[in-house]
Amino acid sequence: MTAPGHFAPGTFTPRPGRGALGRMLAAQSALELKLALRNGEQVLLTLLIPIVLLVGLSLVDVIDLPEPRVDSVFASVLALAVMSTAFTGQAIAFGFDRRYGVVRRLAATALPRWLLVAGRLVAVLGTVVVQVVVLGLIALALGWRPGGGVATALLLVLLGCAAFGALGLLLGGTLRAEIVLALANVVWFVLLLGGGIVVPLATLPSGLAAVAALLPSGALAEGLRIALSGADGSLVQPVLVLAVWAVVGGVAASRLVRLT
Amino acid sequence: MSLPADGPPGSTSPGSAVTVRGLVKRYGTTAAVDGVDLDVPAASVLALLGPNGAGKTTTVEICTGFRRADAGEVRVLGIDPAGAPDALRARIGVMPQGGGAYPGVRAAEMLRLVATCSAHPLDVDDLIEVLGLGSCARTPYKRLSGGQQQRLALACAVVGRPELVFLDEPTAGMDPQARRLVWELVESLRRDGVAVLLTTHLMEEAEALADDVVIVDHGRVVAHGSPAELTTTGDGQELRFRARAGMDVAELAAALPTGYQAAEPAAGRYVVQGRIDPPVLSAVTSWCAAQGALADDVRITRRSLEDVFLDLTGRELRS
Repeated sequence: MTAPGHFAPGTFTPRPGRGALGRMLAAQSALELKLALRNGEQVLLTLLIPIVLLVGLSLVDVIDLPEPRVDSVFASVLALAVMSTAFTGQAIAFGFDRRYGVVRRLAATALPRWLLVAGRLVAVLGTVVVQVVVLGLIALALGWRPGGGVATALLLVLLGCAAFGALGLLLGGTLRAEIVLALANVVWFVLLLGGGIVVPLATLPSGLAAVAALLPSGALAEGLRIALSGADGSLVQPVLVLAVWAVVGGVAASRLVRLT
Repeated sequence: MSLPADGPPGSTSPGSAVTVRGLVKRYGTTAAVDGVDLDVPAASVLALLGPNGAGKTTTVEICTGFRRADAGEVRVLGIDPAGAPDALRARIGVMPQGGGAYPGVRAAEMLRLVATCSAHPLDVDDLIEVLGLGSCARTPYKRLSGGQQQRLALACAVVGRPELVFLDEPTAGMDPQARRLVWELVESLRRDGVAVLLTTHLMEEAEALADDVVIVDHGRVVAHGSPAELTTTGDGQELRFRARAGMDVAELAAALPTGYQAAEPAAGRYVVQGRIDPPVLSAVTSWCAAQGALADDVRITRRSLEDVFLDLTGRELRS
């Protein structure tokens, strides 16, 4: 073919090879983080709703909470933020990313499969960092004062990311995008109200409280309340519950997640 | 129809970019791929041509390590794709059918990410411009037209400077201008030493681009060869010429090897049907000369690849 020549000779001379792992991970995570922060629905889920709840529940007495209310509300809202990002947001994004073929597209490059998953989780952590900073500043403005439990709280947030992240990958990676969208939102709503996040376990009906304590939502929120607002209780159970969900979810995801 | 063979079955040729022998893939009880053999020599273009559901995409997915074969041998750049997909994918470029990108991503962002996965990628901005994606560089992927999505997918397949490129239906959904650009790109890949395996159901595309065409149907290879071999092999050719009216066509046929037919469908217009090779052409013109006639306006008509394809795969519509 004697075409006008868009491609100079030698343009495509083969020079294959895998890119640097660190740069691949950084590029994928940064792009996914950027996409998450650019997506209006994701921002509503991960930032706006937690902010509204943080301000509203701290200032308005709808649920019985110990004073200062902001301490307990901040713990609840951090748990919500982690669930929104690592579970609901991630499952929906993963479901639609699979639908649009990006997972397969990236798998077809030199990007190793484990890095593909790691990149998603790093992007989730990036979003959570943004949430913790924004919500923390608002909580400070509302009168929350960080105490000795902050480091413990951050560890719990990480563990929560692992548990919810594994479950989010499992959900987003196994079902059709529309079903993922519906399920992830329903689960979010049910756990928000009945899973020990907004309503502390002590306030829930006892049967529901026993179940909620074994859910990642209840474990994370209760652990954060213990760490941040000095609520009574041991961190052993919340940590164990989150760890078990992380391992079970991770193993199930690694076996069941499909690329397309 | 008899077709030239590429070599003894069961052998794997060294220096070949892709070697497939006896490939079988079943889904349930149906065999999507049922004993396919093919070879892509280095720096050449092979078109896998066939109707929808012929097994083209499954073959590509096995060659790129996305599916496991049920039987047969596959070597891509000397690598078993199922055994070492990561090692293979660092050396090849893949354009999956329908492309693939984040729904909200912009074209340049996606291509830059794919480029990062390679050690020595092409310049992303240049590639975006030359593929005509500059004008939609800020449009989210899900709002790009099908042709624009295809061009982005193509860019992603070549940006890493691979040795071998798999293109699954590279021009599906493209307008003619974009299709020409893709053809030029494939030509340039071959010129620069890249081997290409592409699938298509467009005869014109296979004819324009491919050194070798493998026609598959119902998971089996029904024909293979160069476009010229496929279109000149067999009885589908005709030699047409004009000469003095009323010559004895039976005598003409007798002057040719057995199996050739001659006719005078209109006064002074003759047609000889059969495989037209130089001795046959010579025999026809000599016979005319012996009749004191000049064979004028001599034309050999080749069947199009489309005719070959339809003869082999049937003319009825498939669901």
